[in-house]
Amino acid sequence: MKRLLLALLLCINALAHAAIDPAILAPLAGDDPDARVAAVARIAVLANDDAHRVLQALQQDTLYATPDGKILIVGDSETYDPATGKTLATPEGVDGIVVNNRLRSAVEAALSGLALLSPDPAVRDSAVRELQAREIDPAQVPLIQKAFDKESDAAIKASLQLLLSTANLRASDPAARRAAVVGLAGSTNAALQPLLKNMLQKQPDGSYPEPDASVRAAAAQTLSEIEGRIQRTEIVANIFYGVSLGSVLLLASLGLAITFGLMGIINMAHGELLMIGAYTTYGCQVLFRKYLPGAVDAYLLVALPAAFIVTAAVGVALERTVIRWLYGRPLETLLATWGISLILMQLVRTLFGAQNVEVANPSWMSGGVTVLGSLVLSYSRIAIIVFAMLVVAALWVILNKTRLGLFVRAVMQNRRMASCVGVSTGKIDMMTFGLGSGIAGLGGVALSQLGNVGPDLGQGYIVDSFMVVVLGGVGQLAGTVIAALGLGEVNKFLEPMAGAVMAKIFILVFIIIFIQRRPQGLFAMKGRSVE
Amino acid sequence: MRARPSLFSRPAWIAIAVCALVAGLLPVLNLVFPAGHALHISSYMVGLVGKFMCFALAALALDLVWGYAGILSLGHGVFFALGAYAHGMYLMRAIGRDGVYQSHLPDFMVFLDWKTYPWYWSMTDNFFYCMLLVLLVPGVLAFVFGYFAFRSRIKGVYFSIITQAMTYAFMLLFFRNDTGFGGNNGFTDFKRILGFSITAPETKATLYLVTLAILVGALVAGRMIVQSKLGRVLQGVRDSEARLMFIGYDPLWFKLFVWTLSAVLCSIAGALYVPQVGIINPSEMSPANSIEMVIWVAVGGRGTLIGPILGAFTVNGLKSWFTAAFPDLWLFALGLLFILVTLFMQKGILGLARQIDPRGKRRVVVEEAATVKETVKEAA
Repeated sequence: MKRLLLALLLCINALAHAAIDPAILAPLAGDDPDARVAAVARIAVLANDDAHRVLQALQQDTLYATPDGKILIVGDSETYDPATGKTLATPEGVDGIVVNNRLRSAVEAALSGLALLSPDPAVRDSAVRELQAREIDPAQVPLIQKAFDKESDAAIKASLQLLLSTANLRASDPAARRAAVVGLAGSTNAALQPLLKNMLQKQPDGSYPEPDASVRAAAAQTLSEIEGRIQRTEIVANIFYGVSLGSVLLLASLGLAITFGLMGIINMAHGELLMIGAYTTYGCQVLFRKYLPGAVDAYLLVALPAAFIVTAAVGVALERTVIRWLYGRPLETLLATWGISLILMQLVRTLFGAQNVEVANPSWMSGGVTVLGSLVLSYSRIAIIVFAMLVVAALWVILNKTRLGLFVRAVMQNRRMASCVGVSTGKIDMMTFGLGSGIAGLGGVALSQLGNVGPDLGQGYIVDSFMVVVLGGVGQLAGTVIAALGLGEVNKFLEPMAGAVMAKIFILVFIIIFIQRRPQGLFAMKGRSVE
Repeated sequence: MRARPSLFSRPAWIAIAVCALVAGLLPVLNLVFPAGHALHISSYMVGLVGKFMCFALAALALDLVWGYAGILSLGHGVFFALGAYAHGMYLMRAIGRDGVYQSHLPDFMVFLDWKTYPWYWSMTDNFFYCMLLVLLVPGVLAFVFGYFAFRSRIKGVYFSIITQAMTYAFMLLFFRNDTGFGGNNGFTDFKRILGFSITAPETKATLYLVTLAILVGALVAGRMIVQSKLGRVLQGVRDSEARLMFIGYDPLWFKLFVWTLSAVLCSIAGALYVPQVGIINPSEMSPANSIEMVIWVAVGGRGTLIGPILGAFTVNGLKSWFTAAFPDLWLFALGLLFILVTLFMQKGILGLARQIDPRGKRRVVVEEAATVKETVKEAA
């Protein structure tokens, strides 16, 4: 069967650019309705200009037949003979070919089939959609197969495959159906599942829509293969989304890992520092739109240092005016910083309004890469992951490879000794708090790219950030990273099972229980610094 | 063993009695004198003071754990809201078929297309069963939570943070429609309580007086507890838990007792709150609300029991006034209050009063010295 079709296609292709074989055209003028529909399909498979003209003429009622069975396209001024490819005068006695509804729908299907071969992807896409809406005639299969083989766009190719298999699965020959089913085993197209499942669905009277047992067995095999592949794709997707969510958590909590983790300051205004970072991003965007509309996409590059400087300045101001007086009194610090957070929130509300402001992603962040056939990894998520890694790396370098980092660690480990050897501990406290606040500002820039930017932005992250830092173990940068990524992964794997809200609740409960078991967090600080 | 000191000094007793009397008079004046009369108190005022008394009770509960045992809870809003929800379940059932959809189910369940009550709603049409729930649900939650937390010796900031996580988790849970507590709308539109119309002034006055009685009772009971030996062990926990353990006490059960008691008191406050205010929704469980409770205690003066009551009235009075007069400035004022109180008024209003009055200050010093001596003696 296949070989026959192939031979047919080859011999037709040889003629293609010249003209259409009159033997194919002839049935159109006949009386047999089945033969006429078949002829339309065979013409469509040619997929050349003449085929297109004939079908269009048929649709527009400009196709005529001479009494001796010659098919002609009669235009306003001239008449075209598709069998020879020549223009001639309209002969006497030509009769219009009557197109009934069945033939008309076949012609329309054939025309959309032809559109599948158009060089313009938009035209191909709409043609696929049109074909999906109607029942596929087995006669159209060769054309769709041809389009499928040539197709380069993944989405259209998947739709074509679905069309093709739908048509093939309806073939009357069990062997053809089985071949179709087996041929689908390599697909990752989730839309094929209901089709195959339907074949295996037992009817109330005990029969199956698919009468042949061997085809059913093949379908079950194919189904399990497709399901397995889809499951694997889903796992990869979940891992990716988990890392992405983990990076967001990490960016939100890194600043806190310094102010709370290293310095022990319960900074309830941490969320508001994130919010200020996000609003700084908004401010940069507004300024760019106003003064540099040509370079709007570059606003993020300016927003990063700007957000760092602004939030670090706010942090230093807070440390000097309020927090400094409360060292050693953690519960009081908690209350005072909560008061600060209320004031900052209300300040932003007064300045920018209570409504969310709009922060647009730069254009290079839209779109994504497709992996594993159907999984799209968006550039914005990839950018967040990369950014989080860069911030962690920068922080690690600052804390471990610079003089400032050395002082910071010295003061945190033994304040009095550090003071004795000449470290100005007050100044280091101020700078450390400024650094943590600045990092929170960077987190705010990242958050502004993902969700709404409003005065309440920080409130949504404050509990999460504390959970991450506590879970990771206070004073441990690595612990924070692992806790954030771990929570992100767990959340994404729980979500499909329990729903987003329940997943979040489970995680909070898990953390509460975990802290009861291991109050020191995942990575305990060893040695004398433990209370 | 020295003679047990009187619960309150004579002036304190007089002050409490006068305040209770004045507060008790308000609903009476509201009922007896018609509107427009010089002695008439508006229903709004009565409702407001009734609400403040519920807050004061919650603040008192919080002071028992924070002021005396040094356990700062940022999750007392959960206990308050659970008590309110437990009572609210009865009130919802008492609506009967007078809801918008005239079904035997509450409107929100009709809206969700539920056909029957979920299992945890069974028997809630019984008022006394719901009152039992008010005591049991937060009590059991606090006991279990506290048992594990105190057993692993979670204290200070860590405890505060996990209580905050707890209230946050509960808020998320109650915001879900499927949880069966009305989603983000919560419970409202109550019609009657024990057969009486809930909007009638007489019902309101009764609820008000019950709240007042419970508040005064809780104050006296709380004072008895903190002056007992148990109370002094709790203060030992607050001041130096490690030292107390070396002496031979196991702080677990002391802390657990006061923590559970505090949760139940807070729950009762919530249960009194819901019929007077007429609505309960999950935003009561937001971490912000629980922290606001802490500031009531801090403003009044922690570790005094009377202070938190004063604080709850002061802060909420300010809030009512600000949100009416300068709505935009309230959060600035509240934020400043947080900062100023922690920086300059560590003992709150009561502490400030004692600082100003040298006689009071001397007495405090003497009292503290006596306590220290007593503790030392008992230890020996």
